[in-house]
Amino acid sequence: MSLYAMVIDTRRCVGCQDCVAACKMENGVPTGYTRDWITETVQGEFPSPWMEIRSERCNHCDNPPCVACCPTGASHTHEPGNIVLVNREKCIGCKACLAACPYNARFIHPDGYADKCTFCVHRVERGLDPACVAVCPTRCMHFGDLDDPLSEVSHLLASRPAHALTQAAGTAPRIYYLS
Amino acid sequence: MIEFTTTRHNPMIDPALHLWGWEVAVYLFLGGLVAGLMIIAGVRLLVMRPKERQALVCCTIGPLLGLVLLSLGMGALFLDLENKRHVWRLYLTFQATSPMSWGSWILLLVYPALLANALTHLPEAIPALTKRIPLLVTWSDFILARTRLVVAIGFSNLAVGAGLGIYTGVLLGTLSAHPLWNSSLLGPLFLFSGLSAAAALLHGILVLTLPDEELPNFADFLLSTLSRWSESKPLDARIAPTLAQADNSFLTIELMLLGLFLIGHLTSTEAAQQGAYLLLGGPYTAAFWVFVVGMGIATPVLLQFLELRHRIRHTLVPAVLVLLGSLSLRFVMVYAGQASHWPIVLR
Amino acid sequence: MRSFSRRQFLKITAGTLAAAGLASRSRGVLWGGGGPEKPRQGTQIIPTFCDLCFWKCGALAYVRDGKLWKIEGNPRDPLSRGRLCPRGTGGVGAHTDPDRLRAPLVRVNRRGRDEWKEVSWDEALDYIALRMRRIAAEDGPEAMALFAHGLGGGFFRHAFKAFGTPNIAEPAYAQCRGPRDAGYNLTFGDEVGSPERTDIANAECLVLIGSHLGENMHNTQVQEFAEAVGRGVSLIVVDPRFSIAASKARYYLPIKPGTDVALLLAWMHVIVKEGLYDREYVTKFGHGFDQFVASLEGYTPEWAYPETGIEPGMIRETAREMAHHRPATLVHPGRHVTWYGNDAQRSRANALLNALLGSWGRRGGLYVPAGVDVPHYPSPAYPKPARPPADNPDGKYPFASEPLTTGIRDATLEGKPYPIKGWFVYATNLLYSLPDQAATIRALEKLDLVVVVDVIPSEIAGWADVVLPENVYLERYDEIGASPFREPFLTLRQPVVDAPNDQKPGWWIAHKLAEKLGVGAYFPWRDIEEYLDYRLRAAGHSLEELKRDGVVRGSPKPIYFEDGAPSEFDTPSGKIEFFSEQLQRAGLDPVPRYAPPEAGPPGAFRVLFGRAPVHSFSRTENNPILADLMDENEVWVNAAAARRLGLKSGDYVRLRNQDGVASERIRVKATERIRPDCVYLVHGFGHTSHRLRRTFGRGASDAQILSRYRTDPLMGGTGSNVNFVTLELEA
Ligand SMILES: Nc1nc2c(c(=O)[nH]1)N[C@H]1C(S)=C(S)[C@@H](COP(=O)(O)OP(=O)(O)OC[C@H]3O[C@@H](n4cnc5c(=O)[nH]c(N)nc54)[C@H](O)[C@@H]3O)O[C@H]1N2
Ligand SMILES: Nc1nc2c(c(=O)[nH]1)N[C@H]1C(S)=C(S)[C@@H](COP(=O)(O)OP(=O)(O)OC[C@H]3O[C@@H](n4cnc5c(=O)[nH]c(N)nc54)[C@H](O)[C@@H]3O)O[C@H]1N2
Ligand code: SF4
Ligand code: SF4
Ligand code: SF4
Ligand code: SF4
Ligand code: SF4
Ligand SMILES: [Mo]
Repeated sequence: MSLYAMVIDTRRCVGCQDCVAACKMENGVPTGYTRDWITETVQGEFPSPWMEIRSERCNHCDNPPCVACCPTGASHTHEPGNIVLVNREKCIGCKACLAACPYNARFIHPDGYADKCTFCVHRVERGLDPACVAVCPTRCMHFGDLDDPLSEVSHLLASRPAHALTQAAGTAPRIYYLS
Repeated sequence: MIEFTTTRHNPMIDPALHLWGWEVAVYLFLGGLVAGLMIIAGVRLLVMRPKERQALVCCTIGPLLGLVLLSLGMGALFLDLENKRHVWRLYLTFQATSPMSWGSWILLLVYPALLANALTHLPEAIPALTKRIPLLVTWSDFILARTRLVVAIGFSNLAVGAGLGIYTGVLLGTLSAHPLWNSSLLGPLFLFSGLSAAAALLHGILVLTLPDEELPNFADFLLSTLSRWSESKPLDARIAPTLAQADNSFLTIELMLLGLFLIGHLTSTEAAQQGAYLLLGGPYTAAFWVFVVGMGIATPVLLQFLELRHRIRHTLVPAVLVLLGSLSLRFVMVYAGQASHWPIVLR
Repeated sequence: MRSFSRRQFLKITAGTLAAAGLASRSRGVLWGGGGPEKPRQGTQIIPTFCDLCFWKCGALAYVRDGKLWKIEGNPRDPLSRGRLCPRGTGGVGAHTDPDRLRAPLVRVNRRGRDEWKEVSWDEALDYIALRMRRIAAEDGPEAMALFAHGLGGGFFRHAFKAFGTPNIAEPAYAQCRGPRDAGYNLTFGDEVGSPERTDIANAECLVLIGSHLGENMHNTQVQEFAEAVGRGVSLIVVDPRFSIAASKARYYLPIKPGTDVALLLAWMHVIVKEGLYDREYVTKFGHGFDQFVASLEGYTPEWAYPETGIEPGMIRETAREMAHHRPATLVHPGRHVTWYGNDAQRSRANALLNALLGSWGRRGGLYVPAGVDVPHYPSPAYPKPARPPADNPDGKYPFASEPLTTGIRDATLEGKPYPIKGWFVYATNLLYSLPDQAATIRALEKLDLVVVVDVIPSEIAGWADVVLPENVYLERYDEIGASPFREPFLTLRQPVVDAPNDQKPGWWIAHKLAEKLGVGAYFPWRDIEEYLDYRLRAAGHSLEELKRDGVVRGSPKPIYFEDGAPSEFDTPSGKIEFFSEQLQRAGLDPVPRYAPPEAGPPGAFRVLFGRAPVHSFSRTENNPILADLMDENEVWVNAAAARRLGLKSGDYVRLRNQDGVASERIRVKATERIRPDCVYLVHGFGHTSHRLRRTFGRGASDAQILSRYRTDPLMGGTGSNVNFVTLELEA
């Protein structure tokens, strides 16, 4: 078994959106839509604010409500690796999965189906990193198998404090942010 | 203060989530209304002694209207789908964890149940129709001759109706991504809202048929059309007080459920509290208190109370208010729920 | 884990590249390019290098079924190290932009009226040549000026030198790095160069004064910066704005704008007074150190505090931190340093701080770059211009080492020292890159001829008599990339896809024009491939090799003094000049001195500007991919200041400057990330060319409101952080 995850070092990330551009090119994401994005969270007051920059996308949750609520089975978990995918042939565009995602990670593709990050399964299956990971100029993104204790992601999570987003929503997200 | 910026700009998602609009609100409203009609129809069918042909409004007009309203509701839902060509995919599978999958199959059961209920007493209710389609009498007689079948039809209306009503709430209630929705009370709440709307609708129809010369003109017109169409005696008016009484009970329960719903949120996580604040001081407060609680529940309860005490005549007003209130509840919930989110996390 | 291994990469490319090589040879891109071909099937990977900015990252273009799919970094390239910045990744949009110029245009109506007729290349070039010859006949060839920015400008510079004019300038000098070049030249006898010789990769302490790495996306620097942050470099960021870099800093110094010299002097004061400098290095290489030390008297942290707003304790602590890590302490020289008109002296102070720390020429400081020598293609010697350049009469700016764009503009306006009658503009949007837009427009109105070579209908193109549409970089050959770097290397730009319409490559346009001007003899090569192959062979390589690999590396040379890199200083004293007799002789301060910046009108905010990671200057805002990442700029206003003004994020305002000039409307970003005495906006937005349909009317342009500038007395740079605005809420 494998459990794919991303570990992103927020200390290194500069919020440049190269990951966003790369995803668009790699996956032909239409203009006006995006599968990944950057957030900046600023707390405190000038001159000593604190800021975290994150590259965000579908968290490929281990307990994905978007899959649970899908009436057609279009949203599913792809094995091996627990990648949450949409089969666009089955999708009726009811938007239940969009409403079910606490991260608003999905959108309706102009062709009518629910779309989102695929963890670049087409690349991963060929042994490549996802496009966003592969281009990142700061090399702050890491992709790998959490079930493999020797993988880089396992190692990073073991060695540095990390957090995932909105864990209270209970979806068991699989993207971790090193802080 | 947290300063939060995102570069995401997906349509329907940003800057504010807007997945579902009037189509879904109307669908949820009509679904609940039909559920209410089914339950009332089922109960009336069960409690009616075989020789006692009464409460036809509940058992025939109600289900017939239900068939139409449900179709309208499904039409609205269909309009909301982004990939309409694939709609048949719903019926190639059953997804046990998906309320929407349950719903789509329940909707399929609603039609035969309503139809059977309507058929049982159709010849009495609309003799004109039986003249044209004699087969209706045969079917009606067939059903009425078999008590167990009548009971089965009654119970199936009850069960499917309850399922449908609860499902319309559960559909939103399981979407825990939106803390306002995330309550198991949403099922019962929508069910009772549906019941009150159904009782109000039937009550309203009866009011239109009450022999009262002071009826407003447009009601006269409606009444004459209806009676011409049914070519028969006015619908049984004795049931009107019962319906008003039932409606008031449903509305009271709905109000209690709403209270519990809000208390549940306010005593829960920060996310849930923030959700509730959308209705208690946030952007949806006015709509909620004026249209849902004030006009949709409190006013009709008072009016119907006065009607039952014979202080005022039975009028169309409470029915219209309850129906609008029930619709408003769906609108407020659909919109406010989409505006309710998990708070931004730090680190 | 599953990173793209080098072996896999080679396997994938070996096959596909061979196919690509064949394909591009059979394509008639030589003279003018052939017509569209049947789309090829499958995916080709063609190496080239990026042109979304001037960093020149090696790239691999993926062409799928004849269509450009994506562009990635070339792992062989030391600049990109296999990864591009977002602009490079979005480079596909430069090719697909539906608003591109398609055919040569000749103006029909008054200049600036935006009415055109399409003409053939022959007609367009005849039109230009006729008028250029007329100008040369009446006022001499020097009356023609060339503004050319970037690599493609090389062919035009060549043609214009052959034509006989010395008036050739680019905004990268007087509007960008010129003061740095002057300051470093005066101190070390050498420049910082591009790519900068900053050894961020090995720095233990990194000091960024304004340099907003992470927003400034110069690729290799950002990569090294992230690595440095990752390994816990001691990062000191000085910026009035809490930049991306500041958010990663150990020490963030929210300096009062324009007071950096005070901080630099106080830092040096501490380092000298506490004896923390590199004594051995200074003794060995320094010149005039004692006079320099004497000049620091009085520049205490306590003195600097009221000027800069940085507490004395913090100044001392950061000074000691720098000294602690020396010589692996890099005080970044910056790049766009034309801020306040005292910029060359500020750059000199910056250089002197590096000198004190012993970091010039040292590991973790400023290394000694190495390049490959690429001989020129032999061509006749240029004629000697009859008159000296018009931009800097009588050496008004004695330490200007390149021509000044604004100097040429002044000459055009005043007719002094002699009249300038024609502007030929290649790849520079002068209305965006020069301060005082109104002056640029007045100059444009005075000219007899304005020619613009561009790829999109830019604002400057709107003022041309003739607009020539160039191929974007993905559709053309260009000069060889031969920037000195950590290791010597060469890169090649080659066509990846065909031009969509009647656009032509710069080398072709320059060559054709030269022929029509009667200086065709300066272009003796048969075609561009022969030209490139000749030069590459002279450097020990070949066009074939570069077409295949995109990059070739020369043999490494030592880049640190400690490893044997030459420690030579091309200054009059042959040493690092702490005290500069050159400056003294020119009547200028031989050591940096502090003068406070001029204050603005009460209640007004100083305008600061900078970069967004996904855009380059004014050239990418219409790129459909990059516009999708950021389609509008915002004006940053301190949150408390915004509250006081009743403004909130998302409100639209106009910025009105001290001279009454108002900007386009722009959204407010009320934020804790900036001082309350200044506002900030990203350069490049607020396009007024309505032909740039995607970006027209979005955001505001800093260039529009920089109506004032202060000229650097040393080298003529245009310090533009001297404008002040008030904010007017839009209904
Ligand atoms: N207000 C203000 N002024 C500034 C700056 C600032 O931040 N604010 N920054 C300064 C700095 S640091 C610099 S380096 C300069 C940069 O100044 P410029 O180099 O003038 O930069 P751009 O404004 O991008 O103008 C480039 C023009 O070249 C065109 N172009 C792009 N690619 C090609 C091509 O392949 N071929 C041809 N022929 N044309 C092409 C673009 O469409 C655009 O019109 O500006 C300086 N001026
Ligand atoms: N994405 C992207 N990257 C680019 C470019 C681009 O167009 N786009 N252009 C490239 C080019 S040619 C250049 S020259 C560089 C320019 O990039 P840099 O050289 O890094 O630019 P600066 O003008 O120094 O940077 C502006 C920063 O200086 C701060 N600042 C303003 N005034 C002051 C002051 O008085 N004191 C201090 N300490 N800080 C101040 C501003 O808040 C802002 O953070 O970027 C290069 N990189
Ligand atoms: S490409 Fe890397 S550095 Fe840039 S925003 Fe994405 S994750 Fe951050
Ligand atoms: S992030 Fe959202 S879309 Fe992705 S798996 Fe989790 S719930 Fe589903
Ligand atoms: S939109 Fe498509 S994927 Fe999402 S729940 Fe509906 S059918 Fe499933
Ligand atoms: S993993 Fe692939 S699909 Fe997902 S955001 Fe990254 S590039 Fe896009
Ligand atoms: S830094 Fe970015 S835009 Fe500049 S050449 Fe490199 S990839 Fe291209
Ligand atoms: Mo620059």
